[in-house]
Amino acid sequence: MVAKKGSRGGAAGEDAGEELSRDPLQAILLADSFATLFRPITLERPKVLLPLVNAPMIEYTLAWLESAGVEEVFVFCCAHSKQVIEYLENSNWLNQPKFSVSTIESYNAMSAGDALRLIYEKNVVHGDFILVTGDTVSNMPLTQALKEHKERKKRDSNAVMTMIIKQSKPSPITHQSRLGTEELFMAIDPKTKELLYYEDKADTSKGTLTLDRTMLLDRSSISLHNDKQDCYIDICSPEVLSLFTDNFDYQHLRRHFVKGLLVDDLMGYKIFTHEIHSSYAARVENYRSYDTISKDIIQRWTYPLVPDIQFLQNSLTKLERRGTYRASDVGLSRSAKMGPFTVIGSRTTIGKHSEVSNSVIGEDCVIGSNVSIDGCYIWNKVNIEDGCRLKHAIVCDGVTMKSGAVLEAGVVLSFKVIIGQNFVVPAYSKVSLLQQPVRQDSDEELEYADNSSGNIEITSVPNTTDVLEELNTEVGGAGFIWSVGEKGLEEEWRHSVAPISADRLLEIIKSATDELDTSNEESNILPPSGELGIDSDNESDDGRDDHAHFEKEVEATFLRAIHENVEEDHIIIEVNSLRLSYNMASTDCAGALFYAMMKYAVDTPHDSAGELLKITNGVIGKWEKLLKYYLPSLDEEIEVILKFEEMCLESTKEYANLFSQILHLLYDKDILQEDGILRWESEKEQADESDKVFVKKAEKFLQWLKEASEEED
Amino acid sequence: MPDVHSLVNEFVIKLQKRQIEGSKTTAKLTAELLRSFISQLRLPHSNQAGALIDAVKEVGEKLITAKPVELAVGNVVRRVLHIIREEDLSITNAAVGGLNLASESDDDDGNDEYDHPVLSASAVAAAARSALRPPSLQTLLDDMPHSAANPHTSSSGGDSEGKSKSADSLRRKLKHDVIEAVNELIQEISTCHEQIAEQAVEHIHHNEVILTLGSSQTVKEFLLAAKEKNRSFRVFVAEGAPRYQGHAFAKELASSGLQTTVITDSAVFAMISHVNMVIVGAHAVMANGGVIAPVGLNMVALAAKRHAVPFVVLAGVHKLCPLYPHNPEVLLNELKSPSELLDFGEFSDCLDFGSGSGSPLIHVVNPAFDYVPPDLVSLFITDTGGHNPSYIYRLIADFYSPDDLVVRRKSAS
Repeated sequence: MVAKKGSRGGAAGEDAGEELSRDPLQAILLADSFATLFRPITLERPKVLLPLVNAPMIEYTLAWLESAGVEEVFVFCCAHSKQVIEYLENSNWLNQPKFSVSTIESYNAMSAGDALRLIYEKNVVHGDFILVTGDTVSNMPLTQALKEHKERKKRDSNAVMTMIIKQSKPSPITHQSRLGTEELFMAIDPKTKELLYYEDKADTSKGTLTLDRTMLLDRSSISLHNDKQDCYIDICSPEVLSLFTDNFDYQHLRRHFVKGLLVDDLMGYKIFTHEIHSSYAARVENYRSYDTISKDIIQRWTYPLVPDIQFLQNSLTKLERRGTYRASDVGLSRSAKMGPFTVIGSRTTIGKHSEVSNSVIGEDCVIGSNVSIDGCYIWNKVNIEDGCRLKHAIVCDGVTMKSGAVLEAGVVLSFKVIIGQNFVVPAYSKVSLLQQPVRQDSDEELEYADNSSGNIEITSVPNTTDVLEELNTEVGGAGFIWSVGEKGLEEEWRHSVAPISADRLLEIIKSATDELDTSNEESNILPPSGELGIDSDNESDDGRDDHAHFEKEVEATFLRAIHENVEEDHIIIEVNSLRLSYNMASTDCAGALFYAMMKYAVDTPHDSAGELLKITNGVIGKWEKLLKYYLPSLDEEIEVILKFEEMCLESTKEYANLFSQILHLLYDKDILQEDGILRWESEKEQADESDKVFVKKAEKFLQWLKEASEEED
Repeated sequence: MPDVHSLVNEFVIKLQKRQIEGSKTTAKLTAELLRSFISQLRLPHSNQAGALIDAVKEVGEKLITAKPVELAVGNVVRRVLHIIREEDLSITNAAVGGLNLASESDDDDGNDEYDHPVLSASAVAAAARSALRPPSLQTLLDDMPHSAANPHTSSSGGDSEGKSKSADSLRRKLKHDVIEAVNELIQEISTCHEQIAEQAVEHIHHNEVILTLGSSQTVKEFLLAAKEKNRSFRVFVAEGAPRYQGHAFAKELASSGLQTTVITDSAVFAMISHVNMVIVGAHAVMANGGVIAPVGLNMVALAAKRHAVPFVVLAGVHKLCPLYPHNPEVLLNELKSPSELLDFGEFSDCLDFGSGSGSPLIHVVNPAFDYVPPDLVSLFITDTGGHNPSYIYRLIADFYSPDDLVVRRKSAS
């Protein structure tokens, strides 16, 4: 297997170098996202044919590929493949002079990996190719990226893929990119642009990332980004296809393939990045990105793919003030208000006193009077009667909204749904004429599976009425409100077209700060640099906190040592590392360790003070060496005595009466030296009377000590 | 035939995708496309001119809607339509005047036939141009001939065999003449720079300071022509945000040995008092003498007006647009991508629609053009000489037929 793989890859690599000059530039367009984020709409129509600012998404992709100089495109259709093929046949794409589009149909591909394996079997791709999905909106020129890719390939045959990235800052609050995807972490070699690490499912709550140490072995630096957006445009060498075939478990392009290549050291394949600056590229992945990209198109970031320029299949509209686009034959009532950033398709009529803003309205829609539409995406042939209110919703073809109906933020109405009179559709709900398929398992593989066979599954769904809530049919409604996915309502707001509400943002901020606090307590991460300033104000607070934590940790370590019979050396190492991480002095270690011992002694069951003394004697005797290690100088000894004093006063009052005896014991065991004890006494002389309690208690012992030393003299 | 159509489609797509930039190249390509379109077009036996006009109008409409903001396309289409009308007129005149001549020469070598009418056609055209036919009654009547020409050709064709032959040759002749004339038009478009540049010495004098904005091929050749004639002068180049074509332009001028100073657009007003003349290029010249020009020029024109500095616009004849700026067909501006102004990545957090009201808080407007009203323009220099803004409408009457102002097929007829 390996030999076969190697020879094939090598041969293809050599051929590629020679063939590049004469091979036409090919592209593979996956007209299936292999995901279910656009349900229920995608049950009836493939995602690539959904209109994005009044033109099907695939039009944007094809128009871009054509203008970027791609000569041959293979459209891979899977879900609803008939519809896609029919659409392409009716469009002009199949008979363009210098741009050939051919379709590859499959019924059983369940993932991008399956699709690429099938394409490999067909043996149609010969040179470097562009791999995109049919929902990509871009205007980037490919020449530069292709040139870089080919040059790299010549130098290093393992450079199999160039990934297009673009700067885009994620929201600091929701840790979500503006396209609604998770915050993406990438490690890139700043010199070679090699991609070293790719993580789109990082656990932001912990705030930690683990990078492989070997990354830094032969590099002087790596740069770690969280402000890069993956455009899902890849320039691939032919080896990529064979890689997919060899690793038959690769399903997802990023999760499996990219991560797989990055982890795999054996083959040594490398992925590089190409960052675009002035041009635009993004992929419609979920409802949020649908919203964002629509707005980007309206704001002309995708120029020349904008509504007032007639690329193929969209109706001609004219740009007016404040970013509004209107087809020439729109029937707009005089009293109707057309707000900013609105697109209205041809033959649509809008009645009196209606207000439309930040919305896209398709063709042949009839909108009554006193309707308010804000931030909505209304497709073709929609009938909205008087007095309806719509806010941040997606309304598909053929929907009828009876008078007075209300759509709350984030609602999705699938094809031909009828909303009854004065019915209020609750926020984030999805309504379809089709019943919700029962999700057997949340397993990813199955998610792919039930997506690909859309039609079959609908009929096989048992009629589970308990999850399906029928709309009020008595006022003429038709459709089922789907229950929210397994992620629950909690996740719905992330991906919906509606902006995240202020309350929700506050909640997130609150929980995030809570998490930050707890994580600080648990694993002592340094707070992000941005927040250091705030913390420095109450450092003393933190210092005390840290001290208590440190003591606890040391105690825990000590107890574990007792129970598990850990060797002394190991405890020393552990305590030392704790000391470093809490940034403590060695005196603190001595104090903490002593405290831990005494605590252990006092916690051991005993009847009388005498017994306690015995136990203490035993404990100290056993760990004598350990304690001594931390008492190299007088300072530490004094600290220990002070600590002991503190214990007697506060936590373990039982010792209070034994103070003198234990002091003697420590002296006997050579843990405390005469000088240390005497120094302690002299330090205490200036203290208040209340502080001198223990000095007095130990008076006898001290006296004895002094005498002894004098004798020696 | 499908070949031409695919050519047309390809051109349309290129225009739509904004892959062709610059009015001169667009004009030239449009003229060349129309030439090959006409040469491959099969004309019916009767009413050739009418058929030709309809066919050209059909293609013309497609081209114009592909990029409405590029007025040069419409201009060239209208010029070609005008050429067809003129040639048709001259042939009809020749046919009416020399029916016997045609039947005589029919027996001779076929080549003779062409020579004579070609002469007559260009002679008629030249005569019409020199006489500066007013666009009023006569041109309105000129519309008649092709409907009136029908009975002529058909009746003369029906008389005898020889005469039908002559009609056939007439038909070929019309096409031939039109193609000839379109060739001249292409020639004219491609030499307009030289024609304009020839006049440079008359306008640029010793030790003058010239200000220009952005980059223009016409202006460059104009300035270089003056430099060749040993005029020593200085040029101020405003950089022309947001594309900053002025930077490259200044480099080109400097490499040709011109003393060049680069200034920001916003410094124009401060510098204008040092300037003797403003010379700029244009995107299109409207019928009222107003100019559609690269963005920023209106400001320059106002500054020039304030300091009484002559504001000179260089424009090839193909930039003359017979429409007025208030015509609904005229798209005065095109908004380009905001990424020319600012970096998307840097501003991406302001464009996050996931929070707040969901409506964009930042809106970047990047218009490509400015409209400079005619009263701010001192002089137009075209390939036919210098003209006042108020004279433009007369110039337009020379080059366009009023029937073609709206290039749209009447759907009813």
